[in-house]
Amino acid sequence: MTSTETITRAEYCAIACADIFAGAGEIMASPMSTMSQIGARLARLTTEPDLLITDGEALILADTPAVGAKGAIEGWMPFRKVFDVVASGRRHVVMGANQIDRYGNQNLSAFGPLQQPTRQMFGVRGAPGNTINHATSYWVGKHNKRVFCDKVDVVAGVGWDKVDPENPAYKYLNVYRVVTNLGVFDFGGPGHTFRALSLHPGVTADEVADNTSFEVADLADAGVTREPTAEELRIIREVLDPRNLRDREVAA
Amino acid sequence: MRDKRITLDDAVGQLRSGMTIGLGGWGSRRKPMAFVRAILRSDVKDLTVVTYGGPDLGLLCSAGKVKKAYYGFVSLDSAPFYDPWFSKARTEGAIVAREMDEGMVKCGLEAAAARLPFLPIRAGLGSDVQNFWGDELQTVTSPYPDASGKHETLIAMPALNLDVAFVHLNIGDAHGNAGYQGVDPYFDDLYCLAAEKRFVSVEKIVETEQLVKEVPLQQLILNRMMVDGVVEAPNGAHFTLAGESYGRDEKFQRHYAEAAKTPESWQAFVDRFLSGSEDDYQAAVEKFHADSEKTGEQA
Repeated sequence: MTSTETITRAEYCAIACADIFAGAGEIMASPMSTMSQIGARLARLTTEPDLLITDGEALILADTPAVGAKGAIEGWMPFRKVFDVVASGRRHVVMGANQIDRYGNQNLSAFGPLQQPTRQMFGVRGAPGNTINHATSYWVGKHNKRVFCDKVDVVAGVGWDKVDPENPAYKYLNVYRVVTNLGVFDFGGPGHTFRALSLHPGVTADEVADNTSFEVADLADAGVTREPTAEELRIIREVLDPRNLRDREVAA
Repeated sequence: MRDKRITLDDAVGQLRSGMTIGLGGWGSRRKPMAFVRAILRSDVKDLTVVTYGGPDLGLLCSAGKVKKAYYGFVSLDSAPFYDPWFSKARTEGAIVAREMDEGMVKCGLEAAAARLPFLPIRAGLGSDVQNFWGDELQTVTSPYPDASGKHETLIAMPALNLDVAFVHLNIGDAHGNAGYQGVDPYFDDLYCLAAEKRFVSVEKIVETEQLVKEVPLQQLILNRMMVDGVVEAPNGAHFTLAGESYGRDEKFQRHYAEAAKTPESWQAFVDRFLSGSEDDYQAAVEKFHADSEKTGEQA
């Protein structure tokens, strides 16, 4: 028996990450964190059976095992082939973000000036190529003003305000959705700005406003994140995350 | 067929200060670390380094060998993830950073391999990559209109031409044919195609006849046209992983990151591991593990 009476915040986050892939079809899902991995695999076991997922290394998984577990494989996806997929557009990545602004510009590179940062992180990694080529979403486990800031120090992932309407090379940019520990957001606000789609149960509009440096469109009107079904909860708890790694990303 | 076997130090002896070098592998995976250690033993400096960066770039920064770096990221691939020496070099403004999208590194190596001045790529548009590079990175407008009659303007990724490439593979012969054993070739063949001089170290050198039997043909990513010198360097990717040969030495990598925290602990690390030959290094690593087993530390 799976109880739907004690659904945790992390479980709402997991189904919100799964819903990122609704309608995605036969493309490669590239979730970069535990929560978004649970989400992508949940989507594959429910509404999106055609999704391709990898082991995070070079193997495409035929099975949909628990996060971190091994499973049967169906193919090969070394790094250089990943870049081919990126350029082809048949991919939806869910990245993390050290900073993200109201247009969806994202930073995971460094804090401070470009040539002499105050703190060095990874560098821009694949974020410029991901965002300019195919659907990109973000998972942020701690929604606060430091992350959701007025201006990112380094534009790694490209936001909506960077699109040059005169240059058709930007036509595939699709910064799609942001899932956080507080709610689900997209960039459907005025001029492609950050907009609340739903807040998780127990989260107030004030809490989101207090933890975001910029104005959040439609915040007062946002609904409540949908409840997971009993089947989704069973898959999360028994199949994909029996060790409860999800609670390490979002406190219960 | 020529015997191209050479020592680590003789290969690195062909480097000159100010050269541009490419380092194969990815992050903390199958990095040409024995060559990197040989560079640390040499007098060369002011290097420009092209890399999918990990502790290779970090160690070169630790010794002040790097003037400029072309990279998409620098990562240890496991906790603590951020390389301490690369971070220090960056926050002190000690190196010129040409940061770019990961796909742009591949694109630039492909341009160099094909002897083209550049290749167009979408990645980089709209991001701060262009600001990292200043005038060194330009755009190019397609001569071909799209359906609406507009022309796409794309990043013109310049060729990443290398003076010298260093890569580490699992198995090769004395002539420069070599293959990887593991799940990912990374970009090692491209590094060799993009370079004037190409050096490969391998876990083991075998007869050609054995090489082609031991490795699936698709994994023989280097042929002898692509290689000028071959070194047998067992454990030569240490402490990064090397496919089927060995995993990452996580304990040692953590020790590397920990040692970088103070000048005193780093000097002790250098004295213990980096002050002698490659053989001395490998012996010191063995002793490091034997000692920590004795004291009952977790592996």
